[in-house]
Amino acid sequence: MDIENKHILSPDKWIDLHADYLFNYTIARVSKSEIAKDLVQETFLAGLKAMKNFEGKASERTWLIAILKRKIIDYYRKINSTKGKAEVRMNFYSDGENEGDWLEERVPQTWGSDADKGIENEELGAALEACIEKLPEKYSLVFRMKTLQDFETDEICKELEITPSNLWVIIHRARTQLRKCMEDNWFIK
Amino acid sequence: MLKKFKINCDEATTICDKSQYGKATLREVLKLRIHFLSCRICALYTKQNNLLSKILNKSKNGKTICSMTEAEKELMRKELESHKGE
Repeated sequence: MDIENKHILSPDKWIDLHADYLFNYTIARVSKSEIAKDLVQETFLAGLKAMKNFEGKASERTWLIAILKRKIIDYYRKINSTKGKAEVRMNFYSDGENEGDWLEERVPQTWGSDADKGIENEELGAALEACIEKLPEKYSLVFRMKTLQDFETDEICKELEITPSNLWVIIHRARTQLRKCMEDNWFIK
Repeated sequence: MLKKFKINCDEATTICDKSQYGKATLREVLKLRIHFLSCRICALYTKQNNLLSKILNKSKNGKTICSMTEAEKELMRKELESHKGE
């Protein structure tokens, strides 16, 4: 690579150039502004420490986002490990004649015709967040990475040492539980 | 022939979840569609799952742009400054 084309880091301008961008990126994923600020702060500090490892191949912002992503994953890990391990309940009969059928208490109920009218609602977002937090540790970690952070399947698999089919089973269980949780707490009260 | 396309509800909902990320194959989607013909529960599940995806995408992308206040940035600037010498 030509030396002129290399990206350089200028930490003095980080806050002016990137703070808002990183903050928005974070707030969409952790939903609490205090925590988002802390994570952005930590990212800048970590960036400062790691400056000598910067090779100039990516732009400054891309590089900072990469650090931030790690910080967000660490945060997910932390909040998840502080909670008790929730009981994992299966949603389907796993044996016998009814194998693979819906369990009666898990059958989706109709949500009413106005269910999709309120999706602008902020409370709805909060309810969803609460439901995600109720998921078992591994489920919510995988779910967040896949759904909210848009990680590629193989990235998550590598990071968490699981197989792709494992990942889809986890996503499947997470979404089934999430649906049930939202039904109980939001759509049919 | 049709037997090859027959799936149970567990498989059907798994395909539905995959398709939320655009990762279901054409064959899988076809299986799912065929399953709907005989299973209204999974059709309903899919409808609700689509709605959840819509909400999730909203809360991910649709948040109004928020920024930190100048004071907060100033604080951060000082903090960063104090670590520079290290």
